[in-house]
Amino acid sequence: MITVVDYGLGNIRAFTNMYKRMNIATQVATRVGDLAQVTRIVLPGVGAFDHAMELLQESGMRPRLDELVQEHKVPVLGVCVGMQILAESSEEGSLPGLGWVPGRVRSFASEARAASLPLPHMGWNDVVPDAARSDLFKGLAGNARFYFLHSFFFECASATDVVATAHYGIDFACAVRAGNVYGAQFHPEKSHHYGAALLKNFSEF
Amino acid sequence: MLRPRITPCLLLHEGGLVKTVAFQNPKYVGDPINAVKIFNEKEADELIVLDIDATVNLAEPDYRLIADFAAESRMPICYGGGVRSTAQAKKIIGLGIEKVAISAAAIETPQLVTDIANEIGRQSVVVVLDVKKHFLGKRYEVFTHNGKKSSGCDAVELAVLAVELGAGELVINAIDNDGKMQGYDLELAMAIRRAVNIPVTFLGGAGTLAHMGALIRQCGVVGASAGSLFVFKGSYKAVLINYPSVEQRDELIRASMAPS
Repeated sequence: MITVVDYGLGNIRAFTNMYKRMNIATQVATRVGDLAQVTRIVLPGVGAFDHAMELLQESGMRPRLDELVQEHKVPVLGVCVGMQILAESSEEGSLPGLGWVPGRVRSFASEARAASLPLPHMGWNDVVPDAARSDLFKGLAGNARFYFLHSFFFECASATDVVATAHYGIDFACAVRAGNVYGAQFHPEKSHHYGAALLKNFSEF
Repeated sequence: MLRPRITPCLLLHEGGLVKTVAFQNPKYVGDPINAVKIFNEKEADELIVLDIDATVNLAEPDYRLIADFAAESRMPICYGGGVRSTAQAKKIIGLGIEKVAISAAAIETPQLVTDIANEIGRQSVVVVLDVKKHFLGKRYEVFTHNGKKSSGCDAVELAVLAVELGAGELVINAIDNDGKMQGYDLELAMAIRRAVNIPVTFLGGAGTLAHMGALIRQCGVVGASAGSLFVFKGSYKAVLINYPSVEQRDELIRASMAPS
């Protein structure tokens, strides 16, 4: 079943409600014992990078998640800070990330072309999927827009892991994929039918 | 392209949805959760929900209602009203709300903005400033407690301070323009826009989409928020929740942001 990981951050009910409306079953995992019969993992998150990593560690679910994702290759979708912690590190914090997608998280403020823009990057922005790697965006070609709320962005070590970009001063990776690990910087759970389509796609492939 | 946000603002009073004029005479306009459902169908950009009783009555935020908002909404929500502590802000974010607004408490205890930002991340901290033009001239003064209590502070100075303290967004509410539907206070909007470099949302005065266009033309990518515009229809102010279609919004933004 699609399992939304509740480690104390992010809008768990928004994800389960979105799936419920589409008649897709979900379960919520708050401790390691809940991580059974997992076919898909949704990893939400808001707030600061280190705080997210600390809470995930404290939840006791980390080793089991590592096992599911890295050994059993269960598809996982990290959202917002849940995407950022897929990286190896972040300029926002000092703790290491999960390291499931090679790369690091950087601040818009340290990018000359974005530094003069208001931060956080907040609101609805166009998302441009890479045509060859856009299974998350199936059905949204030419018109993908999502709600963003963040000041840091994912910088992939490998350009082939970038599956969609958005523009805010610079073109940045707003969706990534490395094997079975997916990430979205924007909030599909709060992006109306665009988000519903993405979450449905994630549940199907 | 990052779009300007077109944001309905819903006021909660005694469990119902209301609309005021110059912060007075709340008129009942419907059930709040039903309004969220309609704005879901219309695919609104985001919502601001303000409980106008909580601070005045020294009441706790209505967490049950907030949780229902968060669960029902398929768009981001900014909640404000009665938030006086980091623990309250954290609880509200935990219910699935994207942004927490503080106003009176931020002005009385500025450190609170920093503390909340450290806890929930500054992107989720919104400072709301209720602003009235001073009767003696150009200065704008910040009020609290639904416009009844003067803070004695200058709006632009307080806006700059709020950003320094850790606000991730400002909502600037022009008390004199509230419910009048005669347009935004563009002078105020420009003064704030020039002074800070975080997202800003303006509220108070929008009566037509053209008023929003005028704001966007002047200030660029900002939030254009409105109450009356999205809950009333026609010159007799019949209650009808409405919101522009995606085509209308795209056209409004295209026309307003076209290079002149």
